Amino acid sequence: MARKNRPTAEIPNGSMADIAFLLLIFFLVTTTIANDKGIAMLLPPKPDPNQPPPEVTKNDRNIFKILANSQDRLLVEDEPLEDVNALREMVKTFILNFGNPGEEGVEIYNSLPGSMKSFVSSFGRRSDYSDDPTEAVVSFKADRGTSYDLYVQVLDQVNAAYNDVYGERVGLSANEFLQLDRDDPVQERKYFAARDGIPRAISIAEPNKIAN
Amino acid sequence: MPKFGKKSNTSQDIPTAALPDIIFMLLFFFMVTTVLRETDIMVKQKLPKAAQLTKLERKSLVSYIYIGEPKQSSLFGKEPKIQVNDVFVEVDEIIQFVNQEKDKLNEAERDQITMSMKVDVDSKMGIVSDVQQELREANARKILYSSIQTSDNI
Repeated sequence: MARKNRPTAEIPNGSMADIAFLLLIFFLVTTTIANDKGIAMLLPPKPDPNQPPPEVTKNDRNIFKILANSQDRLLVEDEPLEDVNALREMVKTFILNFGNPGEEGVEIYNSLPGSMKSFVSSFGRRSDYSDDPTEAVVSFKADRGTSYDLYVQVLDQVNAAYNDVYGERVGLSANEFLQLDRDDPVQERKYFAARDGIPRAISIAEPNKIAN
Repeated sequence: MPKFGKKSNTSQDIPTAALPDIIFMLLFFFMVTTVLRETDIMVKQKLPKAAQLTKLERKSLVSYIYIGEPKQSSLFGKEPKIQVNDVFVEVDEIIQFVNQEKDKLNEAERDQITMSMKVDVDSKMGIVSDVQQELREANARKILYSSIQTSDNI
């Protein structure tokens, strides 16, 4: 029997790369990388209409007041402030003031690492700042006309101050603290050790009804 | 002394047999890491920049609220508007939207719903705080001000 000269049964794959390239470019163009990052906040629960609004029983020195008006000017602790970035240090000094610590405050102070204790003794103990971190509250009130950009910047600075404090307690930087993975038990323990006793007390006041 | 122009026996071709595989790998990388946009955003979205950002943990619990100046300002005007899903809504319709979103979740997870606020930087706080008041009414208290990571002030 004579051998037949059959054509080869292979699929040409020289253009495979081109086809894959086309698909690749299609996906590159049509998709956006999701950026789901942001500043997390917890809103206060809605006020009960049957109950009168709670009275402020905190001492004035335990509240760090930040006001923003419609011209995007800041009033921090009754003094105008030009540079938003200065807030971070101010809030940190405010939280770690230990002006007149209660029982819990003393416990927290004793648990701090040495570097933070020296921070407290060099900057802290002002009579117009907080008694101790459990009492400290940062209050931020924006006007209806304040730009959202400034609002986020202020929240960012206040959160940075808290993250600085939390991070430093366990020997991390603010960013390293933020990146702690709470699914990992070792890192989770670190996270809760850092947060223990110092609440992230940021109060967002309702803005004025009329822009001024 | 070596002679010039001596022909070497090695072939000068770059092997291209693995090229499709490499391209496919790139393709799969992009397919996995990217998300197709579900809604058509009708408002301007230039997100603010911030440094202290947290990641969203569970995407199934997240609903989005977009606020900003409409892109088609000739049709909708220049005042910032609120967009959810594919439509513009008024402030008092937010509660209804939140309840719809909550109905999609398991009963146990309804309180953990997170609202991601994608607000344009040029917006004013008035509209944002109106929305926040409504979210408090609707008991969706976890919110996230969506922003872009800056590398400075670490």
